[in-house]
Amino acid sequence: MNFPSELSYSKTHEWVQDLGGRTARIGITDYAQHELGDLVFVNLPEIGDEAAKGERIADVESVKAVSDLVSPLTGVVKAVNKEVADNPELMNSDPYGAWLVEIGDISDHEELLGAEDYETFCEEEG
Amino acid sequence: MKLSFEKSKNGRSFPVLPSLDVPKKDLPGSLLRKSAPRLPQMAQPDISRHYTELAKRTHGVNDGFYPLGSCTMKYNPKLNDEMAALPGFTGVHPLQAPETAQGCLEVLFMAERLLCEITGMDAMTFQPAAGAHGEFTGVLLIKAWHDSRRDSNRVKIIVPDSAHGTNPATASMTGYEVINVPSDQEGGVDLAELRRAVGDDTAGLMLTNPNTLGIFDKNILEITRIVHEAGGLNYYDGANLNAIMGVARPGDMGFDVVHLNLHKTFSTPHGGGGPGSGAVGCKSQLEPFLPKPRVVRGKDGFSFATPERSIGNVKAFYGNFLVTLRALVYMLTLGANGLRDAALNAVLNANYMMKGLSDIYDVAYPGICMHEFVLTLENLKKECGVSAMDVAKSMLDYGMHPPTMYFPLIVKEALMIEPTETESRETLDEAIAVLREIRAQARIAPDSLHSAPRHTVVRRPDEVGAARHPVLKYNFDGVGD
Repeated sequence: MNFPSELSYSKTHEWVQDLGGRTARIGITDYAQHELGDLVFVNLPEIGDEAAKGERIADVESVKAVSDLVSPLTGVVKAVNKEVADNPELMNSDPYGAWLVEIGDISDHEELLGAEDYETFCEEEG
Repeated sequence: MKLSFEKSKNGRSFPVLPSLDVPKKDLPGSLLRKSAPRLPQMAQPDISRHYTELAKRTHGVNDGFYPLGSCTMKYNPKLNDEMAALPGFTGVHPLQAPETAQGCLEVLFMAERLLCEITGMDAMTFQPAAGAHGEFTGVLLIKAWHDSRRDSNRVKIIVPDSAHGTNPATASMTGYEVINVPSDQEGGVDLAELRRAVGDDTAGLMLTNPNTLGIFDKNILEITRIVHEAGGLNYYDGANLNAIMGVARPGDMGFDVVHLNLHKTFSTPHGGGGPGSGAVGCKSQLEPFLPKPRVVRGKDGFSFATPERSIGNVKAFYGNFLVTLRALVYMLTLGANGLRDAALNAVLNANYMMKGLSDIYDVAYPGICMHEFVLTLENLKKECGVSAMDVAKSMLDYGMHPPTMYFPLIVKEALMIEPTETESRETLDEAIAVLREIRAQARIAPDSLHSAPRHTVVRRPDEVGAARHPVLKYNFDGVGD
């Protein structure tokens, strides 16, 4: 399983890529896509929506279930990845390329883990 | 096999409608289609064979064991259908005068009285067409009640994490915010979490008891009391009533509104064999809000009435009448003791099967179960790579319907088994033997299970492909969409 060192991770299995200027992209981790199985649908927010840390920002659907994507950040939705909306399988094949939401004006964030700590966290969960 | 569209030949047909014996009346041109619908054109023998061929490909309760957890796929006695086929019931029209259909009204009235007795409710509607529709109707009653008291800050519905997916969906559709409460170690509602979740914004709680883990929540009186003290109402999802019918009543547990799946618990056909019925019962304080119309008895017989503060219609007329009739026939055939025996046997059968499997499969929440139990195949998957899906699909090769898979969501690699009371000991033994054999196969030949089923007409459909790229219509002009 893949845990890129340049990313930060939430305990609810989202990754965060800091783009600088109080802006970041979030997606689901390799561990998350593995646990969820084949993803078939993603329900993304609208640009301009408020994101609040610890609250649902999007949801992803696998053949088994619908799961919430919890925003690790508080801010405003600046962009959503329409390519993933059209091709949800990208979350399985390239979870770290398939960003889902870009959040700007970030004012707060949850406690985030580094790659090593997140990997340990996943091992404990599994 | 070919689709009926592919078997169609221009000009081929058979007479379906009798000849016109009333004056012909033309529709205004604006209402007419510009071209005829492209319906399949087939002769009667071909269409008869077409549907027989389709029927051979299905697996229903009349074909074999069908332990689909939380769905209560019990055998439906043929007497129900015989009674529902009586011309006095099939020949009525919902618009005819009530005084000319007194027997039908009496059926609805009797069914309401009996089901109220079974559930501990005061009144009932038969309008909702299925379970989730019943949930929606029930939560609308809760909303109407709070609104009538001008208690408009109650915006949240509490749902445990073991709930059926329809519960949070219902609360959401009704405009409520859904608050999830986790289960405790024993699989029941975590009381401390529930106390934290309730408040003056609580509209109600939606709960199934026994829950989807097959566990009767022993704290049920405390749970409903916590919600009542916070000013909320308690909604009972009747999906699992089969375990307690005639033994315990939701009304006595502190519930204010319930829905019943007559098509599960009261032996009327399911799904494609339906239609269903999601009857909704309530305590007297919610009765004025029930959908209209309701059947009432006066000194001149039965008639229809509109409850004073009715939420209105949730379906045309009185719901799926012949389904209610079948449920009534079932109740009258079994009687009070028979209904209780059905529940006791449903629980006995589930425990018998669980015991027969618990030495080789992991039971998610060990102990005595109610009408169903949940296996977790997490260890099996780690050990030999065989998933709950593989085991379920393998059962098809033995002529059995698979259990419910990957539900409830809080159990990994879940298989949820509900044998129901109508299965004989021989059938249960056979099912146990099949699941034991599949377990042995998983160890020695796991690959054979990945490709199961091998002997069915349709093998493993590409569920992922179908969900990602659904094809929802027939393409007359060639392949693709």
